[in-house]
Amino acid sequence: MTYRSFADLGGREVAGAIVPEAEGELFHAPWEARVMALVVAMGPTGMSNIDMNRSARETLPNYRDLSYYEIWLAALDKLAQQKGVLGRAPPPPTQMLRAAAVAGAIRQGTSASRPAARPARFRVGDAVRTIGAQPQHHTRLPAYARGKSGVIELIHGAHVFPDTNSQGLGEAPQWLYTVAFEEKELWGGTARMQRSTISVDAFEPYLQPA
Amino acid sequence: MSEHEHRHSHEEHAQRAPSPIESRVKELEARLAENGYIDPAALDVIIDEYQTKIGPRNGARVVARAWCDPEFRRWLLQDATAAIAAMGFTGRQGEHMIAVENTPEVHNMVVCTLCSCYPWAVLGLPPTWYKSAPYRARAVKDPRGVLEEFGVRLPESTRIRIWDSTAEVRYLVLPQRPAATETLNERELADLVTRDSMIGTGLPSAP
Repeated sequence: MTYRSFADLGGREVAGAIVPEAEGELFHAPWEARVMALVVAMGPTGMSNIDMNRSARETLPNYRDLSYYEIWLAALDKLAQQKGVLGRAPPPPTQMLRAAAVAGAIRQGTSASRPAARPARFRVGDAVRTIGAQPQHHTRLPAYARGKSGVIELIHGAHVFPDTNSQGLGEAPQWLYTVAFEEKELWGGTARMQRSTISVDAFEPYLQPA
Repeated sequence: MSEHEHRHSHEEHAQRAPSPIESRVKELEARLAENGYIDPAALDVIIDEYQTKIGPRNGARVVARAWCDPEFRRWLLQDATAAIAAMGFTGRQGEHMIAVENTPEVHNMVVCTLCSCYPWAVLGLPPTWYKSAPYRARAVKDPRGVLEEFGVRLPESTRIRIWDSTAEVRYLVLPQRPAATETLNERELADLVTRDSMIGTGLPSAP
């Protein structure tokens, strides 16, 4: 089956205005807050990881028709059904987040840093080229930055690799870099030039020496 | 949402039948609670954390301190995760922080074209527009057009630097300190720091 993400929007023609929003305007209905909290609370249960969640969201065929919290809800629903946690004999959760533990858990967070299995392949300043192929699974290299030449700007250490983690194939930590591209490289000569530089955070398997 | 509006929406809620999506959320929550996956009381605490404790005022305090304390500014730009943690802002969606500084030469702007990655620990939950298709599509290709939609016009000579948050690193923009603020203290300065100025789609308020 073809893997297709409906969430990869960078550089696409999308109609509609960007509507500013006041700082205190967090939810537009009480159920949105409930969905946000459900997703946060499901984290420690071990039902899914953040990469599985993103994969479940981006592959919703009606992704573009849904509001953001509708996307979160639909993906949570989909995963919960897939993992059998709604049934009569659910697998036991790794952990249930209690009210008293919430503040601590939020402030603790979940680090994506992992020890590196080998030295980094690239250094700051190295010229690199991103891979061109679109893999048949969740990935974090946006379409607009595929097959493009850029320069390593930052090295973040080794992080959990979303491509494997999203498929339940393990964390397989990979070096993570910030790769900067000139606008002309990404958009060609036809786009209105802006004097801009654009970067993505790219895992080592997305990169080749230029 | 103000307390009044909050109460109001509860009253409305009590008076009418729940919408299909409200029923769906309620049912999902009930089933997950029954199966031992979630504690409904924990959901209340999570919502309260993001409504009253974790929001853009945290980031504003970080920025104001960086404006006042050169030593802290250096630390922030060198190791944002540690510098921000020292102010008590740690954890979820802020585990790996990078602070990027605006100057007359460079203006930084943050986006997540693939989903909605955002530095929750310092800015709280992302605004709707940040998660919306138009912003995610245009920020990388037409940043000056996007800035104009926010009422921001930068000199042609200013280079725009766009950070697409495609992994677990989260970016905080350190905006330029507004002019004529020499007499303001850190708290007063923090009041000038808008959420959008820390995303790069806005500038701090004038004193």
